[in-house]
Amino acid sequence: MTDPLKRQQTLRIRSNIESDDIYKAIVKISQQDVFRCYQCGDCSSGCPVLEFMDITPTALMKLCQAGDWETILDSRTIFICASCLQCSSRCPKGIDVAAVVEAFREIKLRAGETIRRVQDSPLNRAGKLPPIALVSAFRKYAGV
Amino acid sequence: MEILYYPGCTLKNNATNFEESALAAMKHLDIHLKELDRWYCCGTVFSMAQDNLMLKFGAIRNLIRVAEQEQDRLVTLCSMCYNTLRRANAFMRSDPERLRKVNDFMYLEPQTYDGNVRVMHLMELLDQDYGFERLKEKVVFPLNGLKLGAYYGCMLVRPQEFSIDANYESPDIFERMLNSIGAEPLDFLYRLECCGAYQTVTDPEVTCQRTYAIINSARRVGCEALVTSCPLCAYNLDQMQEETEKLFADFESLPVFYFSELLYLCLTGRFKQEWYPKHHVDPKPLLQEKNLINEVVV
Amino acid sequence: MKKIGVFVCHCGLNIKETVDVVEVARTVKEQNKEVVFAQDYIFMCSDPGQNLIKQTIEENNLDKVVVACCSPTLHETTFREAAKEAGLNEFQLEVANIREQCSWVHTDKQLATKKAIKIINSLIEKVRLNDSLEPVEAPMTKKALVIGGGVAGIQAALDIAEAGYPVVLVEKSPSIGGHMAQLSETFPTLDCSQCILTPKMVSVAKHKNITIHANSEVDMIDGIVGNFKVRIRKKAPYVDPNMCTICNDCAEVCPVWVPNEFEEGLAFRKAIYIPFPQAIPATYTLDIDNCLGLSPIACGKCREVCEANAINYDSYDEIIEEDVGAVVVATGFDLYNMEKMQEYGYGKYPDVIDGLMFERILSATGPTGGQVRRPSDGKVPKSIVFIQCCGSRDPEHHNSHCSRICCMYTAKHAKLYKHNVHDGNAYIFYIDIRSGGKGYEEFIQDSVEKEHIIYIRGKAAKVFQEKDELVVWGVDTLTGKRVEVRADMVVLAMAMVPSQGTLDLAKKLKMSTNEIGFLTEAHPKLRPVETVKAGFFLAGAAQGPKDIPDTVSQGSAAASKALALLSSDRIFHNPETALVVEEYCCGCGICVSVCPYGARVIDPKKKIALVEEVLCESCGSCIAACPTGASQQKNLTDSQLSNMLNAILKGVS
Repeated sequence: MTDPLKRQQTLRIRSNIESDDIYKAIVKISQQDVFRCYQCGDCSSGCPVLEFMDITPTALMKLCQAGDWETILDSRTIFICASCLQCSSRCPKGIDVAAVVEAFREIKLRAGETIRRVQDSPLNRAGKLPPIALVSAFRKYAGV
Repeated sequence: MEILYYPGCTLKNNATNFEESALAAMKHLDIHLKELDRWYCCGTVFSMAQDNLMLKFGAIRNLIRVAEQEQDRLVTLCSMCYNTLRRANAFMRSDPERLRKVNDFMYLEPQTYDGNVRVMHLMELLDQDYGFERLKEKVVFPLNGLKLGAYYGCMLVRPQEFSIDANYESPDIFERMLNSIGAEPLDFLYRLECCGAYQTVTDPEVTCQRTYAIINSARRVGCEALVTSCPLCAYNLDQMQEETEKLFADFESLPVFYFSELLYLCLTGRFKQEWYPKHHVDPKPLLQEKNLINEVVV
Repeated sequence: MKKIGVFVCHCGLNIKETVDVVEVARTVKEQNKEVVFAQDYIFMCSDPGQNLIKQTIEENNLDKVVVACCSPTLHETTFREAAKEAGLNEFQLEVANIREQCSWVHTDKQLATKKAIKIINSLIEKVRLNDSLEPVEAPMTKKALVIGGGVAGIQAALDIAEAGYPVVLVEKSPSIGGHMAQLSETFPTLDCSQCILTPKMVSVAKHKNITIHANSEVDMIDGIVGNFKVRIRKKAPYVDPNMCTICNDCAEVCPVWVPNEFEEGLAFRKAIYIPFPQAIPATYTLDIDNCLGLSPIACGKCREVCEANAINYDSYDEIIEEDVGAVVVATGFDLYNMEKMQEYGYGKYPDVIDGLMFERILSATGPTGGQVRRPSDGKVPKSIVFIQCCGSRDPEHHNSHCSRICCMYTAKHAKLYKHNVHDGNAYIFYIDIRSGGKGYEEFIQDSVEKEHIIYIRGKAAKVFQEKDELVVWGVDTLTGKRVEVRADMVVLAMAMVPSQGTLDLAKKLKMSTNEIGFLTEAHPKLRPVETVKAGFFLAGAAQGPKDIPDTVSQGSAAASKALALLSSDRIFHNPETALVVEEYCCGCGICVSVCPYGARVIDPKKKIALVEEVLCESCGSCIAACPTGASQQKNLTDSQLSNMLNAILKGVS
């Protein structure tokens, strides 16, 4: 739904998100307490693919606290994450940020949404592309 | 010394040079890396979904294979296998209920899994069991101060509890090994930074950007080559240089070695012919320039 | 038969809402023959409430009183005072806690009322067998000990001394002054730190009531409030402070160079040295650990050239014993070790330093003469990155607390840097800005508006050196973009932690601390400079991170508490101590080994245990440990406890 006036989105902050199914799923899958985050930015500072993300990991955690699932699940961020764990290793509040991002990814994959068609990858590098790359891509993007 | 060895998928096809050089080099040190019987794909990435045990079974099965052999140690070459196997093991061990579920599910396996297998990386084995000092003594053709960038990537140092070096922000195990074989390892900005990993399949421009940054930072401090321990990193840093050149006009290439190729080189003075085609950036000119190839290859 | 009075407090609605106070008063009177008076009242702790107690005692000739209200930690003293004024022995009054232990933790009114009745019944049983006791008296030694010669200790010592009492000031290092003496200028006024501190230091030196023991540490403190016996270990004074003329001839000839602690390792000193020119005591000190050796004499040059004959190699550590009545602990802070944060590269890169090192660089008397230069090559840094929250607010890897002063001193550092290097660029990576003190917010805003210091909101992840530049990776969370800054120097605002040695001292003195060693105050809001150890007071950063104004305030506050003690002639100690039933005591000595206060001894002649009542803190350890039951507590004997339990369990099958 494109806004003809192209207005800035309002952040809809919701309370009582603990009863949301998505919140419960995030906690169940990642076992992380997203409310510990105080948005220091250490995760984003160390993220190797930040420039390719539409929302930073810091913003993702804030959106999570506000219960704005739509923005997160629609983001490019959760599929650009390379699970390098730089964020998780540095978080001063001990949050495994990569696990939270993975949980959002899992929610989409478990709903049957394959966001990236691995088989349509732009470069046909059959033979050159090592199994380790194919298998990990399939696991992260196709949920297999 | 004999120890069970886990190759993982890629070492049998795209990265045969990694495996061959490692096995041959270890033979020179009287270390027999015995391939694990009926090994299974480890799954490559460790799934962080805490509620999904299925995704870890591949890794666990390999550890059961080790226990079947009545062994309690398994050595890997690939950093990703190292990371995934270790984390899967810890994941199971940490919860007795989980361990019970795994064993119940894998009832067809001949052995119950109790979590007592220690997964090691070859560098760790050389450091702790063999000793880099001893390795140094075995070196016949030291690397003449070859300036190398030891590329750890992610999987050797994160998460913290599974880091190959306790000082995960400033590790030095790789550099110490390279020092002992006569090379000059240099500290470069991106040595602990991700290569982009599986992004290379669906978003190759992401890995190009990483390759560009990583290679450049190594060049800036004077590195003549990079050294790695992971076939995915090697693919991204070496093969993907071709795509990176297309995107970044000012990109200058740099050869990428597996650490075991260099071990073999310093122990024998040879670099096998079959290995050259495995590299995108041909390392031969560098090796010749530095007088590191000491045997005329027919 | 005794006459007992019971008062049931409503505490406004705190108790009344959950406990039927009228029913309670009625029932306890009904269930206990000896209760001749029972009444509820809205606020027992108020003046009319207390008067009610006094009147009732007088009119009804009460022998014992139970007040059912809040926790005894709050008003037991209040009510006991009231009882005393009415002529009743204060230990014949007991408090029944029906608030924290009843109304505040339950919601069912019926059940809570029943429980309140049981609680009061048990206290009636207790008070029934209470003896009248008189407080134990001990004389008050009118002298104070201050441990730590930083600005907190200095202030406390001066205030106590000015009031006319002698003070012993013990300082670990060769000079008083602490970290404040190392600072260049202080926020928010930017006045020179040493200029405002040294007059106080000189006052301490000159004050007839203050004795300074520098190069000294407290070994042990025995005794109780009013009667402490202190053992101080003083390092061998190879240089006599009374003779030294600080001419520097000795340092000129000393062949040994050592990193200078006062200069935070940025410069060197000799093995015989004065920490800084305004040091108090005004004397040189011989660092015996780094001297080439005195037995046999390896060098001897310093003594040779000393015209004042102040140097004597034949010197030994001394144990000094002092009797004091009150102790102020002001051992100060240190900065968290940068080596614990390898991502910032301290140790690998010489131009990554901490706040105290930067203070020395900024300082006019520092290693660069007040000109900002970087440690590696002495170049003038054209840009400096400051990283806040290093090691603070990080419960996962380092310290969970906020160190309070870093936002302010980082802004100060950036300002002073720009005042010195006019075309320099200052970048500050921050998460939040905490600037609550007087003039602090304006100071910060000035840094941005006038000085154009660049603030970036995001915690920096990594510092790396390439050629001779430092690369800092961070993020600006407000715009969501990655930031890479290249600078000549990086200054880390490291966390404030208790000074080295505080934990050991706390263990020796049996003082309570938190996990990292900050000394624990008696109550965080109402008793911030007292401890639960009577006679021990706290001041300054040893209690928690704070700035200079708060430190000085605490110094004076601790002094006033100490003076309250010192100004009385006698100390009164709670008599609800342990007692020994001689017939049961077999002299086994278990009580002696479990007593944390050293209050139990074995009488050498009678071979049974005794209680030193002035030392006993009624902790109960000896009573629990005693195998024969000889060890009892006054007014909480086994029979009292048994009766109390019966009252509670009555009706429970």
